[in-house]
Formats: sequence, C-alpha cells, structure tokens
Amino acid sequence: MMAMSKKILEQEPSEIEMLLPWHAAGTLSARDARRVDEALARDPELAKQYAVIREEYAETIDLNESLGAPSVRAMQKLFAAIDAEPVRNPPASLRISARIAEFFANLSPRTLAWSASLAALALLLQAGVIGAVLVKNQAASYQTASLSTNEPATRDLAAATPPRALVRFAPDARVADITTLLESYQASIVDGGKGGMFRLQFGNKAMSKDEIAGLMRKLQNEKIVSLAVATP
Amino acid sequence: MQVLYGRHHVRVFRFGLRLVRDEQVAEDLISEVFLDVWRQAGKFEGRSAVSTWLLAITRFKALSALRRRKDVELDDEAANAIEDASDDPEVAVQKKDTSEALRRCLSALSLEHREVVDLVYYHEKSVEEVAEIVGIPENTVKTRLFYARKKLAELLKAAGIERGWP
Repeated sequence: MMAMSKKILEQEPSEIEMLLPWHAAGTLSARDARRVDEALARDPELAKQYAVIREEYAETIDLNESLGAPSVRAMQKLFAAIDAEPVRNPPASLRISARIAEFFANLSPRTLAWSASLAALALLLQAGVIGAVLVKNQAASYQTASLSTNEPATRDLAAATPPRALVRFAPDARVADITTLLESYQASIVDGGKGGMFRLQFGNKAMSKDEIAGLMRKLQNEKIVSLAVATP
Repeated sequence: MQVLYGRHHVRVFRFGLRLVRDEQVAEDLISEVFLDVWRQAGKFEGRSAVSTWLLAITRFKALSALRRRKDVELDDEAANAIEDASDDPEVAVQKKDTSEALRRCLSALSLEHREVVDLVYYHEKSVEEVAEIVGIPENTVKTRLFYARKKLAELLKAAGIERGWP
C-alpha cells in the first residue's frame, strides 16, 4: 500500500502522486479522481503529501489574488489600438455565428438549461401538432391534397404570427437611436431587458422565410445592433 | 470584445505579471494579447476554452517581452529571487508564518515552474490544457509540476520550514 508514494529522492514519482495537484484543484476526470481518492484512502504517506499540496494550492490562489488588477490605462490603450485598426468586414455568416456563439457563451448554465428545456418542449408541441394533423388526414382515406379544405398546420402557425427576433443593442446605443430604429422597422418591443436581449416584433403581417432572413441581415448591419436572431 | 475583456483581463494580467514580474510590462502585455485576439478572432476554432487560448497567447507574449530584456538581467533576477528566500530564513522563522514564506518561495520559483504551478492551482487548467498552453507533452506537464513542488519544498526548507514532504 505504501508503495503508492515513492521516496522521490530515490525514485521517480508514481502516476497517482503526480496527479495530486489536479485532484486538489478539482480538474481531474471522474475516473482519475476516483483512482486518486482510493489511493489516498489506502496510503497515509500519500495523504500527508496531499495535505501539503492543498496548502500550496490555497497559497497560490492567495498570492495571485493579491496581485490586483490592471489599471484603466491598459483598457484605454487596447480600445484605442482597436479603433486605429483598419475596418474589416468579415462574412456576415461568420459574424452572426460568432455573435450567436458569444450570446450562448454568455448564458449561465442554468439559463442555458432552461432554454434547452423550452426548445425541447417547443419541439414536442410541434411534433404533437403535426401528428394530430396527420392522424386527422388519415381518417379521410381517399382525400387528396387538391380536395382538402384544410390548410397545412405549419402555414397556419406562420400566418398567425408576425416575425419576431431577439435583439441585443450595442452598448453605446442611445435611446433616441433605438427609438428611430424601432420606427423605421415598424417594430415593437414585446419582451426584454433580460441579459440585455430584447424580443422585437416586426409589423403585423407574417413574412416568408426569405423575407425574414433578409430582415435579419438588414438588422444585423445596423450600427447599433450587435445581435439579431429570428425567433418563433 | 468588451465582454471578453471584462471577463478575462484580470486573470490574463495576473498570469502575465507572474511571468514578467513587472506591472508596467504586464499591462502592456494584456493590451497586446487582446489586440491579437481582436485580429485573430476568426482563427479561434473553439476546440479549447477561450481562457486557455488567451493564456497561451499571454505566455507567448510574455516570453517575447522577456527575451527583449537582457538575458543576464533575467538570470540575475531569478537568482536574486531565490537567494532572497533562502538567505533570509530567520525572518520567516521569526514570523512563524508558513503562509508568508510559502508565498515568497512560490515567487522565487523559476519561470517554467511558476507558470505550471499557476496554471494548475490558480487558473485551474487540466493536464491537457496546460500541455496546450505551454506546448509540451502531457507527461512532461505532470513531471514538471512535481519537480516544481519539490523545488518549492527545498526553498522552504532553506527558509527553515519543514512540512513533512518530501
């Protein structure tokens, strides 16, 4: 049992011994963490070394925390340098995907989990609607599409709702700019403020997919808009 | 960029400061790091955490900044730092402050030992992430940290502090 912690002056350290610092920091995989825990339970020498490591761990954090933070000068220098950079126009798709990625990265795990749950629920509802329509249509055995008086359910849903989007405005956007933008797009804020995102509704008529995509592109190119994503 | 800067600049600064040991240089460093990020945002493939990417750039910039200084100056600085810890054991013993001595010895470690200690303990990077940041194999990461800890124990012993390991 005691062989786990080798005499380091004489021998190379064991694999478990080398993993102890990561165990203290909590960054080992579940499998490795279990291996280390088992070894610690068996080997008092290893446990003693682990206590020393925990002390080092705590002091390293204290030491780093005592270093303070950079002055505002560093930030000013950075943003002045960025302002001086030539204007670059990355492909719109790249820009949007990067911002979407940033948006999701900014969500807390809990928010993300809730969003995923809502998305899953929406999918289930959609599946239910489609399923109900299929079952209903199957009842009329010889009914053809041309004879059907029922509109497809998806068209009904789309027709009922004007387009909506989640929009994040640029941090330096003024209220007057936002009001002007809302007017020019005949948009209204239907929900918002949470995490800096606003849900906007555009006009009062439904739009085709292409029209919505075009609207999002146009919106994304607005100077005061940092993110625009179409939503149901 | 503001969000990214707001979220990571303090840790980037501290990592850089621990490497270059000069606040002014460390501040210049973070401007350079985030400007590089701004320029190279398209190259980030998302295969690693953003913080890992930032720390790798910071390390590269810090080493470049250090290379710009004279090598002799660097060697002297490192040697002095270690002597500071070992030449002054009485002070540490008198204070009976293991914590203070431990911090002084952590600061006295060599650059390659300091960076791996900080990355694992403070920046909470896994073996794989440290390997990516430092650009060495994973097994080397493990042995390097082991020997950094061993060196730390030697410095503490020289300062009159025994911790029962090794």
